[in-house]
Amino acid sequence: MSTETEPETGTSTAAPDRSGSSTGAGDARAARPLKALTLAMFKGFVRDRMTLFWAIAFPLMFLVLFGGIFTDQGQSRPADVIVVGDVSVIDDAPTQAREAIDRAIAITREDDLDAALAKVRDGDATAVVTEEGGEVTVRYSAADAVAGAQIQGVMQAIVQQANTAVYQQATGEPPAFTFTASQVEDESLQAIQYVTPSLLGWAVAMSATFGAAANLVMWRKSGLLRRLRLAPVRTSSVVLARVGVSLVIALVQAVIFIGLGVGAFGLQLSGWWPLVVPLLLAGTLAFLSIGMLAGAVSKTEEGAIGLANFIVLPMAFLSGSFFPLDGAPAWLRAVSNALPLKHLNQGMLDVMVREQGPSAIVLPIVILLGFAAVFATISARLFRWEA
Amino acid sequence: MGVQIEVDQLTMRYGDVTAVDGISFTVAPGEFFGLLGPNGAGKTTTLETIEGLRSPTSGRVSVAGRDPARREPDLQRRIGVQLQSSAFFERLTAVEQLQTFGAIYGVPAARLDELLEQVGLTEKATAQVEDLSGGQKQRLSIACALVHDPDVVFLDEPTAALDPQARRNLWDVLRGINDSGRTVVLTTHYMEEAEELCDRVAIVDHGRLLELDTPGALIRKLDAATRIGLAAEAIALEDARGLPGAESVRLDGSGLVIQTREPATVLAELGRREALEGLSVSKGTLEDVFLDLTGREYRA
Ligand SMILES: Nc1ncnc2c1ncn2[C@@H]1O[C@H](COP(=O)(O)OP(=O)(O)OP(=O)(O)O)[C@@H](O)[C@H]1O
Ligand SMILES: [Mg+2]
Repeated sequence: MSTETEPETGTSTAAPDRSGSSTGAGDARAARPLKALTLAMFKGFVRDRMTLFWAIAFPLMFLVLFGGIFTDQGQSRPADVIVVGDVSVIDDAPTQAREAIDRAIAITREDDLDAALAKVRDGDATAVVTEEGGEVTVRYSAADAVAGAQIQGVMQAIVQQANTAVYQQATGEPPAFTFTASQVEDESLQAIQYVTPSLLGWAVAMSATFGAAANLVMWRKSGLLRRLRLAPVRTSSVVLARVGVSLVIALVQAVIFIGLGVGAFGLQLSGWWPLVVPLLLAGTLAFLSIGMLAGAVSKTEEGAIGLANFIVLPMAFLSGSFFPLDGAPAWLRAVSNALPLKHLNQGMLDVMVREQGPSAIVLPIVILLGFAAVFATISARLFRWEA
Repeated sequence: MGVQIEVDQLTMRYGDVTAVDGISFTVAPGEFFGLLGPNGAGKTTTLETIEGLRSPTSGRVSVAGRDPARREPDLQRRIGVQLQSSAFFERLTAVEQLQTFGAIYGVPAARLDELLEQVGLTEKATAQVEDLSGGQKQRLSIACALVHDPDVVFLDEPTAALDPQARRNLWDVLRGINDSGRTVVLTTHYMEEAEELCDRVAIVDHGRLLELDTPGALIRKLDAATRIGLAAEAIALEDARGLPGAESVRLDGSGLVIQTREPATVLAELGRREALEGLSVSKGTLEDVFLDLTGREYRA
């Protein structure tokens, strides 16, 4: 980080040790400040609710959102439908068709139309179905247009099928179309398979960048960096402490994401998933050095956070953290390849859900470490101790 | 144990501002040394150059015979610093700050309770630094400077935000450190504090060293008049002006003030006339010396 030469600690010419001070070897002396700084940084991090929120809760919200949207649809109960009076397409449906109907909608009976409509208005039921002289009417609330449209579709299918059956009876020919209700669970699994690794990549990138940027600016602004400059601590120890803290945060994020994905959303991991650890390590280094750069050029914490956002958020979209870029134009995918997050996401997908082995992480790690080296060098150049 | 400090023709420029302009002095091992001067005089700049935080534009500084700007860990372990604006690890408690600084300096965390007690923060040991008052932060900052038992201590306005009790307690702490043979260098705007604590004081202004001597010698050199204060009704203004030895007499809000270089004569005469109501006598102080040297104008 510093471009100045840092004298080694614990050289042999040390003055005789005074009472109470450490008699440890040079190495022990070097290790102690690092440990203390790491601990101090870590405590500062976990005691700040806001940083905890941004690093853990915020990305998790996305996982729950994405995971939830698809999974909930698949597992949702059949919609409640109130049938008033006789509805022959349901009542007289053959057994097989009736089973399919029951899978799609949960039927209750009501004699009074007004009472039934009141229930729909109150949200206790999704729709009311009546039949009047061969015309099936579906009434639903505009408040839940999606569910209403679904019922409409289901009822259309039921009517269609009844028509077919009547037609079949009349002509003796087998029905050309039949109605079946199927769940969308397979699709939702695919979504969680994609979303967990890519959102995790984004979460790690975000907290590493923000952590380094905010930390650097905060310590510089408060004068702590100047104070540490007068203490026998190497610049590399300050940087290493930050690396350590960010790595721990990344691993905690990984544990929570994977745990929640597997536990709550049916994420199925490939056998090579532990390879996310070296990937996260390389990714953390890359985004730490990007954060250091943001911190080096920013005067205020707000500026640093803004700059980090400006870098990471568009990158997340362009790297397919929120949705796949398979359908994106070629030039967009070319831009995407120039971004470190794209390669982190790629590697994570490969080892977590695509059954790919160690060879899949080599290129992403080389690229991420390359980014780390370049940005660390630039930030070391631009680094300032004082505000 | 004490450390010798040499400052030789030290000059510091920031652009076209000359913050320190050719200052030279030596602080002997075990000395208690004070740097006085108006705002912007160059005290902090001088101190931070000695600490090794800034590299001089020209001139030389040495601490224990070494160049502090090289920031050698061996030398840094012997130096304790309290910077003018305190700096802490965010959201760490008082005791954790001390532990962290202690670990950085490679000392065991044994004396922390004692240290907190010395600066009167025992009750605040587990309070996060953000929840401390201004003066408490300042005391913690001083404790952090002392945590590794340094041979020389640099304090930049250590008592600036302290209440009178805390200030006097800190004086005891600093005297104790100095009595054990350690060198102490401080800056202050409190003249009675410098008079009380310092073996020698340097008075600087506009980056130049104006005077350097013991407080007593500076006061004697000034040959300041003694001020005798009386209640306004103790003696008529005209009569006071006629007193033998009275140099000047004025009436202000708090009463009558007589300036004299023959206090014995004036006091004897006042005694004879039984006009001693509300008597107070003050000799020249370091503050008189300071104002005499640096003037009464505001500083930028
Ligand atoms: N980093 C800097 N850049 C530019 N000018 C500076 C810098 N630091 C100090 N100065 C200038 O140098 C002069 C001396 O400042 P310094 O902080 O040494 O004063 P001081 O005697 O400590 O004052 P105070 O009693 O207010 O603390 C001032 O005019 C100040 O504006
Ligand atoms: Mg100052």
